[in-house]
Amino acid sequence: MATQTPTTAVLDQTRTRPLWLETVHDWVTTVDHKKIGLMYIGYALIFLIVAGFEALLMRIQLSIPNNTFVSPQTFNRLFTMHGTTMVFFVGMPILFGFGNYLIPLMIGARDMAFPRLNAFSFWISAFGGLLLYFSYLGGDGLYGMGSAPDVGWFAYAPLTARVFSPGHSTDYWTLSLLLTGIGTIGTALNIVATTICMRCPGMKLNRMPLLVWLYLVTSLMAFVAIGPLTAAQIMLMLDRYAGAHFFDTQAGGSAVLWMHFFWIFGHPEVYILVLPAFAFANEIIPVFSRKAIFGYPAMVAATVGIGFISLSVWAHHMFTVGMGSWANTFFTFATMIIAVPTGIKIFNWLATLWGGKIHFTVSMMFAAGFLFQFLIAGLTGIMLSVAPFDWQLGSSYFVVAHFHYVLVGAILFMLFSAFYYWYPKMTGRMLSEKIGKWHFWLFLIGFHLTFDLMHIPGLLGMPRRIYTYEADRGWAILNMLVSSGGFIQAIASLLFVWNLVHSYFKGAIAGPDPWDAWTLEWSTTSPPPPYNFAVIPTVGSRRPLWDLKHPEDPDSNYEM
Amino acid sequence: MSTTAVLPHSPAEAWTLPSRGIIGMACLIVAESAIFIIFVVAYVFYLGKSLTGPAPRDVLQLPIFTSICLFSSSYTVHRAVSALEHSKRSACSVWLALTVLLGGIFLVGTGREWYELIYRDGLTIKTNLFGTTFYSLVGLHASHVLIGLVMLSIALLFSLRGQMTSRHTERLEVLSLYWHFVDAVWVVVFLVVYVFGR
Repeated sequence: MATQTPTTAVLDQTRTRPLWLETVHDWVTTVDHKKIGLMYIGYALIFLIVAGFEALLMRIQLSIPNNTFVSPQTFNRLFTMHGTTMVFFVGMPILFGFGNYLIPLMIGARDMAFPRLNAFSFWISAFGGLLLYFSYLGGDGLYGMGSAPDVGWFAYAPLTARVFSPGHSTDYWTLSLLLTGIGTIGTALNIVATTICMRCPGMKLNRMPLLVWLYLVTSLMAFVAIGPLTAAQIMLMLDRYAGAHFFDTQAGGSAVLWMHFFWIFGHPEVYILVLPAFAFANEIIPVFSRKAIFGYPAMVAATVGIGFISLSVWAHHMFTVGMGSWANTFFTFATMIIAVPTGIKIFNWLATLWGGKIHFTVSMMFAAGFLFQFLIAGLTGIMLSVAPFDWQLGSSYFVVAHFHYVLVGAILFMLFSAFYYWYPKMTGRMLSEKIGKWHFWLFLIGFHLTFDLMHIPGLLGMPRRIYTYEADRGWAILNMLVSSGGFIQAIASLLFVWNLVHSYFKGAIAGPDPWDAWTLEWSTTSPPPPYNFAVIPTVGSRRPLWDLKHPEDPDSNYEM
Repeated sequence: MSTTAVLPHSPAEAWTLPSRGIIGMACLIVAESAIFIIFVVAYVFYLGKSLTGPAPRDVLQLPIFTSICLFSSSYTVHRAVSALEHSKRSACSVWLALTVLLGGIFLVGTGREWYELIYRDGLTIKTNLFGTTFYSLVGLHASHVLIGLVMLSIALLFSLRGQMTSRHTERLEVLSLYWHFVDAVWVVVFLVVYVFGR
């Protein structure tokens, strides 16, 4: 039987407002997982704006044929910086930010397993991001001229060799990825140790919220994915500075080896980014359907399955290299197989919605958009997994459209959903639903205008990474529409930022549990006190708060 | 929608969880293994693909003595942990000192090997693909040995000053896990570089 222990917020009324410098000192020296989580999120949002701005510049350049808005060199730098920033300094930190914030709260712990390592990981990742952008100032050394790296986000050899990338911009790229990789491994290690060693009494592995399960799998994948990236970056640095020949074809080295090493990191990385989005969906969809998640064990099994299979699909990025028919067959097959556990997840979410009493809050609207768009993204993924099809469309705008459908249509939509869902917990105030609805519909329209139409120039033969094109290709109207969709998304994002700022001061007071949810983070005040829980909770089911509110209908009825 | 925060409390059951230090070190070992695997793959991939000499067969000699030293240091660090567990603090210091000594001999051996390769055989990281992959793989391992030695020396210092007691057993055990990992990597490197790749 569950009993209730009311907790009261500790409010010290006599305390005066701290000085500005004290606040800064407090944040810089903090080891609190909630503050570090918020710093991760804030840092990622800043880079989201920067990298989004870079995307807009590229879209302006491509909106009409023979445009001269930016030079070809600048365009190369823009797509390199956009890709690198979005993956390493937006995607990873924002997902780790939510994980940092939520995991200890969800498992009833007071902090992460290694709080100081947590702070170290954040600061070293943040430093990596600054280092990447410092190349704009110092990329050419002390000669006073800057240049950002222009080798693309996967930096294929021999482009990165000294001959083709003089100056230091590529070194800044390498170093920043190396540093942020160390931060990622530190945080992943922390998440695994926290999940395994810090759970509150009664929180067995099969009672953990699915979000925690998915972050556990994500973190384990990070070890095996980031390791190869780190190794490859060390090799590249040895090539550039010590005169080694790893990727130097003149001395018998292999450019294809770099591709293998990069994609052994690169493809699991995609799943590292998307699994947290699934994790948010696993928490948000049940709460707004007023039903327990359908098929909890199947969800866990599918996640672990995705984790394993994703380690054996990397070379589907390399079908056009000419690996031979056996390798192509294997990687086609492995890539198609991964649709099975992913399909299990989609069906489980649909079954959770089925017969539920669905509340269409903004958070749920974004989650619904995620479900639909992730399905489409998966379908174009299956198309590209077929090697002969990929020979036609590899490195075309079809590929660009496909992975942006995953990254924006699935991951970013679910991130917005997570913001609307957990913002009340983080700040104590609700985000405005009215601005939120504008944000959702504008972003949805902009997204579909941009990324639905982007498939077509790809099918018509428009290669990725070209800085301009001739007027007679028949891509002009489509590119104009794609670019205008980008601007609609930018306006929607500005609305979102406005909503974040405005609601922080003027939003409705949230209270501890505004969504009538059932995981442990809603059992403490909003925002939670530094110690999270006055008394460490003990749980007896997957939905402890549901059991408290509905003793007549215990969660054990739904556990299987 | 409730207005006050309520904490769930179910009847307590027996609740023990694994040590976070050991789990954390296990995670680090997994991540480090991934890095080493990539370097080993690069070494094997480039075997015999050097455009110029020298080849491994011409210059490499089996480092049998230093390898035995490194492998036995795994045993001595294990004895140090169990000595500390039974509060035999001076025995712990002796075993730790022996570990540091054996690890040090290994590093000196690597240093001498490199000296001869560079000045006698003219093999540097720039010479050919063998030099590139050999120095990076063995160097990566040696840097891990070095880090381990620094940490073991710090532990030895604490032990000599009497600041390490049986309460610190778990911490020393975490360090010993790292040291076992460094040894295990050497088994792979030894086999790949000196036995099968020669």
